[in-house]
Amino acid sequence: MTTTDLLLLGVLGALALTGGVLVFTLDSMARVTFSLLASLACAGGMVTVLGLPYLGVVIVLMMVMEMVIMAVFMIAYMMNPAGLMPMSMLHNKRGSLVISAVAFAALVVGIFGVSWPRRTGARPKDTTFQVGMSLMGRQMLTMVTLGFVLLATMVGATVLATHRGRYDRFGDGLDQRPANDPAGGGVGR
Amino acid sequence: MTFELILVLAAGLFCIGLFGALSQQSIVMIMMGIELMIGGIIVAAACFWHFLAPDAPSGQVIVVAAVVAMAVEMAMGFAVTTAIYRARQVDMTDMAECLKG
Amino acid sequence: MTEAGAWWTLLAAPAMLLALAGLAAAGHAVLAARDAGRPVGPAAMVRPFTGVPRALLAQPRRLPAPDVLLWRAGVITVPVAAVLSTLVIPFGGVTVADLSVGVVWFNAMEVLTWAGLWLAGWGPDAAFPLVGGYRFLAQGLAYELPLMFALISAATGAQSLRVGDIATSQQGLWYAVWMPVAFIVYLAGVLAFSFLGPFAYPAGRDLAGGVMSETSGADRLVLRAGRWLWLAAGAAMAVPLFLGGGAGPGMPAWAWQAVKTLLVLAALVLALRRLPMIRADRYVEFAWVVLIPLTIVQVLVPALVDLNR
Repeated sequence: MTTTDLLLLGVLGALALTGGVLVFTLDSMARVTFSLLASLACAGGMVTVLGLPYLGVVIVLMMVMEMVIMAVFMIAYMMNPAGLMPMSMLHNKRGSLVISAVAFAALVVGIFGVSWPRRTGARPKDTTFQVGMSLMGRQMLTMVTLGFVLLATMVGATVLATHRGRYDRFGDGLDQRPANDPAGGGVGR
Repeated sequence: MTFELILVLAAGLFCIGLFGALSQQSIVMIMMGIELMIGGIIVAAACFWHFLAPDAPSGQVIVVAAVVAMAVEMAMGFAVTTAIYRARQVDMTDMAECLKG
Repeated sequence: MTEAGAWWTLLAAPAMLLALAGLAAAGHAVLAARDAGRPVGPAAMVRPFTGVPRALLAQPRRLPAPDVLLWRAGVITVPVAAVLSTLVIPFGGVTVADLSVGVVWFNAMEVLTWAGLWLAGWGPDAAFPLVGGYRFLAQGLAYELPLMFALISAATGAQSLRVGDIATSQQGLWYAVWMPVAFIVYLAGVLAFSFLGPFAYPAGRDLAGGVMSETSGADRLVLRAGRWLWLAAGAAMAVPLFLGGGAGPGMPAWAWQAVKTLLVLAALVLALRRLPMIRADRYVEFAWVVLIPLTIVQVLVPALVDLNR
């Protein structure tokens, strides 16, 4: 690690933690969402500095898309829509604080108590190649499982979120054309 | 020492997220807490890979799996929120506790 | 081969991008003058720039309850992301930052526009900009996946995510020739992330300007510049991705690259004036039902070619 890397890690880490704290202290919903985005983007930056540029940049890419969509849902499903009023929507604040503080203390004790093994092996020249070969080779089963999980998620999330089925679209005899849709599509199905 | 400090930072992210997931009432805010927890896990996994076993690709695979977990959690979370809101106008966990023991 | 540039390329790249964006805006203004029956000449060309000093000096519009921090952040994100995206584009064998994951970097910077435009719509706390911001998200969900597959096609063909490698791997045959679907989808994506022409829906005239409607003064200037900067960045990226980079007979690499970039930019400006605006709800279905399957099949082509190489 060079000094620049260490400095970058420090700055990104501090920003990630600050963003994380702001998520649960700010009042405005848009600001909350975008401080979470800042926090996770800094986490992606740390992953990049740690030598995984592909995963780091992909994390940043994905988090931006995810958080913008999250902002839409946040505004759709929370009261206080403009986010201009101070809000405190907490339950069991003291218990949660105690639990998370105890968890943090236990983790820190573990981090400094465990005698970690020495570093084995050297870093490959191209880490992107390493993860690609791994996912398409020995870890193929992991990749296939993740793929099916994502497919199941897409189907399941759509089924849960929609309230219309094919009988709503095509009528009781499934013979109504064009379909009765609330919004017109582009290919005229 | 850098290794331990990055792990402490990851633990910090995880525990901030844990606090949020436990204390928030709004379903969307709980999901934000879970996202932060997974963010901490990603940082920790990258840290383990870099400092302990950079020649083993499994460390990177864990990061990939955590990113997928994030995506799945978001998609299913919003789908469940939409479904429960459509059925009962519920957007807070305290209003959906009819199965509470 | 590409090499990392000296420190001054960090200043030269944004300056060149700005010049390209200015050319695109001037060309657009000339075409507009011709269509409107005004004289076509230098006066028509400088017309879009005459408002710049006034925009810089003007008193900004005041709104009742804007979220100034997020609004500013969003407005600035759009052009800054455009400039950052060009850092990985090789020009005459020199790249500002020769990242090993250049294509992903470009894509990530382009996605930053989502956040930027949504924030630019949310910030003023007014109805039309907010609708405009939401419109861009709807449009983004439509154009983003086909665009990603188009980028993946080029990367698969070259077996590398480094933009310089992609350019050099097209010896003899451009990717635009044997991956035409990816090339066209990429160009449509460029128009979409610069929200111009057929994809001007987030800033549509039917919304009184959408995301742009409440911006004023320097903010408005920055946001409008962001559009043209993104168009220029997309055109510049198209050359190494699909048109063989600086390869060509007779002229040095940088000259070929400049010529190709200008041609792509001219084609984009012509297209964005010709095509009608398309609503996001229509484009979403078209993108998901037609474009995504087509681009997936397109990715399959270079993958099969790679396997038999």
